[in-house]
Amino acid sequence: MMLNMTQVPAVLFQLTQLLLVVLAAPLLTGWVNQCQAWLQNRSGAGILQPYRVLHKLFLKDAVIAYNASWLFRITPYIVFGCMWLAAAIIPIIAVDLPFSRAADVIALVGVFALARMFIALAAMDIGTAFGTLGARREMLVSFLAEPALLMVLFTASMISHSTQLPRIVAAFTQQQFMLYPSLAFAALAFLIVLLAENARIPVDNPSTHLELTMIHEAMILEYSARHLALIEWAASLKLFAYFSIGIALFFPYGIAEVGHWSGLPLAIFLLLLKLLLAGAGLALFEALTAKMRIFRAPEFLGTAFLLAVLGLLIHFLLRA
Amino acid sequence: MNILPIDVASGVILLWIVLGLLGLALQRSPRVICSVIFPFGALVSLLLAATGLWALSATPDIAVLPLGLPDLPFHLRLDPLSGFFLALLGGASFGVSLYAAGYFKAMAGEVLGLLCLEYHLFLAGMALVLLADDAYLFMVAWETMALSSYFLVTTDHKIPDIRRAGYLYLLIAHVGAIAILLSFGVMQGGHGVAAYTFDAMRHAHLSGFWSSTAFLLALFGFGAKAGVLPMHVWLPEAHPAAPSPVSALMSGVMLKTAIYGILRVTFDLLHAQVWWWGVLMLTLGLLTAVFGVMFAAVQGDMKRLLAYSSIENIGLLLVGIGLTVTFHVYGKDALAALSLTATLYHSLNHACFKSLLFVGTGSILHATGERNMGRMGGLIHSMPWVAALMLVGVLAISGMPPLNGFVSEWLLLQAFLLSPGLPNSYIDMLVPVAAAVIALSAALAAYVMVKFYGVIFLGQPRGNASAKAHDAGLWERAGMSWLALLCVLLGLAPVFVVQQINHVSQLLLGTQLANAAPSWMLLTPVDTERASYSPVYFLLAVLGVMLATVWVVHRYYHGRLRSAPAWDCGFPAQNARMQDTAEGFGQPIRRIFEPFFKIESELPSPFDVNPKYQGRSEDRLWYLLYLPVRRMTEKLSGWVSLLQHGHIHLYLTYTFVTLVVLLIFV
Repeated sequence: MMLNMTQVPAVLFQLTQLLLVVLAAPLLTGWVNQCQAWLQNRSGAGILQPYRVLHKLFLKDAVIAYNASWLFRITPYIVFGCMWLAAAIIPIIAVDLPFSRAADVIALVGVFALARMFIALAAMDIGTAFGTLGARREMLVSFLAEPALLMVLFTASMISHSTQLPRIVAAFTQQQFMLYPSLAFAALAFLIVLLAENARIPVDNPSTHLELTMIHEAMILEYSARHLALIEWAASLKLFAYFSIGIALFFPYGIAEVGHWSGLPLAIFLLLLKLLLAGAGLALFEALTAKMRIFRAPEFLGTAFLLAVLGLLIHFLLRA
Repeated sequence: MNILPIDVASGVILLWIVLGLLGLALQRSPRVICSVIFPFGALVSLLLAATGLWALSATPDIAVLPLGLPDLPFHLRLDPLSGFFLALLGGASFGVSLYAAGYFKAMAGEVLGLLCLEYHLFLAGMALVLLADDAYLFMVAWETMALSSYFLVTTDHKIPDIRRAGYLYLLIAHVGAIAILLSFGVMQGGHGVAAYTFDAMRHAHLSGFWSSTAFLLALFGFGAKAGVLPMHVWLPEAHPAAPSPVSALMSGVMLKTAIYGILRVTFDLLHAQVWWWGVLMLTLGLLTAVFGVMFAAVQGDMKRLLAYSSIENIGLLLVGIGLTVTFHVYGKDALAALSLTATLYHSLNHACFKSLLFVGTGSILHATGERNMGRMGGLIHSMPWVAALMLVGVLAISGMPPLNGFVSEWLLLQAFLLSPGLPNSYIDMLVPVAAAVIALSAALAAYVMVKFYGVIFLGQPRGNASAKAHDAGLWERAGMSWLALLCVLLGLAPVFVVQQINHVSQLLLGTQLANAAPSWMLLTPVDTERASYSPVYFLLAVLGVMLATVWVVHRYYHGRLRSAPAWDCGFPAQNARMQDTAEGFGQPIRRIFEPFFKIESELPSPFDVNPKYQGRSEDRLWYLLYLPVRRMTEKLSGWVSLLQHGHIHLYLTYTFVTLVVLLIFV
């Protein structure tokens, strides 16, 4: 960005958020896992466990298969970079981050798609049965989830007359509280997409290594050590990003305006509260639901897509 | 003397024809053809691209050639619309001709000489289509293009399937050509032979009925060339049959001449548009896009897959034109300019990445002798150059930021997003549905491309040929690198491209897309508050974050790496046949969209000692539309042939009876 004095606080905000998300993302995963443990009557490993796992993985020697290509080796870095960037452009603690000008909601979906494409290709690189199986299923899930996400974001863009996330959030927070019927459909669709894209039950199960049911885990089966650590970290960032999108679109209240350092503590506190609640909600939902067969997943996601399109149509019909 | 763009463009066409003839004359020395004529033709292409860019900002030039029939001279005109497509033709064919210089090396002299002639005539024909300013020259150029490409498609005419594909192509091309001719006839409006120039058509104000008739005929004719549903059947047959550089030109450039034709007729030759034209094109485009990508997902032949993907992209382009017409009719000119920009941008992008992918399949074909993806695999190790360059194409065609495919998709989606408030509420409802379908087909395109790249380049070799494949030669690499570079540049400098396209919007719509932000880094089609996208910052951010991560990880931990056998969840025995084939990877799509395919599969019984599986997914339209039409034609010609017996006295009787009947009535 071209720097001038007025932009300095905005850039500082951007850098703060960049660091904050990358450091805090594993915490969210730890919290969800801890909640799950409590719901299953286990004591759990504590919310700091993901950091210990990452540290351990970084210390190990990376082992790759004999026929791994360069694509396999660069993918973890690309995926990590994309997810970090995605989490960094969503207004989480403050509106108007300078980088969100460079990438709007459509580009955000593009970032997710780029990461997904690379990880699916890397999964096929070794040429194992599980790798290709995982890649195929991931693309199957995403070809319905991605347009659904896009439609959800479109509904929000239509309401706020902008595809830039900061504008969308600003539009939702600044105008008086108002119920949008179209957003209700969008919220439901977004919930389904969140579950599917983050490899959660009922579409996938993050804690399984049972051959026939895995999707995400099947793709990253051949990764180890630092590569695996980056991918796990990217998965945490992705979950964090999706939660942030949900919060930004549906509960943005309390976010700090740019340059208002005084609003920052409250914004961080409220964000933490929202994330804690959302994480607990996710754990509860997973505890209550069973995983579905892979060929039920397209129907499930098709529902999300239709709901999102319906939301958009309702916006066109009612202008609300 | 002042040299005008049109002089250079005509010179380029002449040079191409001369080069083609030289190739024919030099057929005894295939080396010269490959290493002199094709590269020289490529340089000429570059000159044409520069001329096209030049013409974009120049005032339209007109020229009358002393050729043609007496009293019917050929008219040429170079305006920004022609200039844009000439730049597209030049830019794409530069890469393809460079590639062709390497690709055709293995060919025998006589075949090569003829091929060189047809190839350059094909290029010249396409350029002439874009320059023609009267119906006569347009049809001559159109036929030159169709016939030369027919001969190129049937280069390997000893194979019956290729002859069949060529026949189908020729047939549909000519049905389309007749419709275009009729459309010109309607636009001429019965004003006699003097009104055959485009200029006369521009000033002939047709009534609503006749202008709609002319539009429908033109849409049918150009749609047949572009592969719009239901005239798409020739594409998946002809593209795989042709040599790869030819497929690249046909798919990358020739289909765009049809898009050019639709734009020329709709916005330039006809003075007013009607709203339902837009809706018709929008609907047809959506159907074509979904159909194309769905069928691409289930293909096993790599070139057929790309051909279906071209059908999808043509669908997207038609959606863009449809939106432009609709917005233009309802007076929303800013939006019309936005969707026209998206359409033209996507034409350019598709020319680059589809040519890149098609020539890439040529290298693979040479290296492995296979078109069936199910026998490839692991080519990233033996063909690193092709693999790396094709990865650029694959990411670009899937619409991944920061490459070029994403920009046009972004612009098109912005057009949808900004659109509410059309006076007709039914069309207003169509807009979100169309946006959803576009999003769905874009996501499916990513599925298709993961399959394409993953099955061909990644994994373990599935056959002996793939294991022993060799990389592409220098010429081939150079051509592919150029096309890949274009994909990157068009992705990184959208503001510059949009500025160039603005000249075309100004010509066709009278408005242009304003870039609200003053910076060349930031693409902001409407205003800075609404939407902006900056691929350069995007790329810098992703690269910066990536490199920082690499540095931190290696600095604070270590970079130790060991190799071992694949783990695969601990399964001991694994071989190349356990990977997904192309059919396997497409199977979920076949299952989800089952009603759209005509599927024939033979499953072995579980007790079969020597199990064999066979599955074919065919196009229902072939059975529902084409075969009935064929049967009807056969029946009709059967009736007509009742009259024909070959006996002279019978024909004399017919004449006599006709005479008597006429005498009675008149």
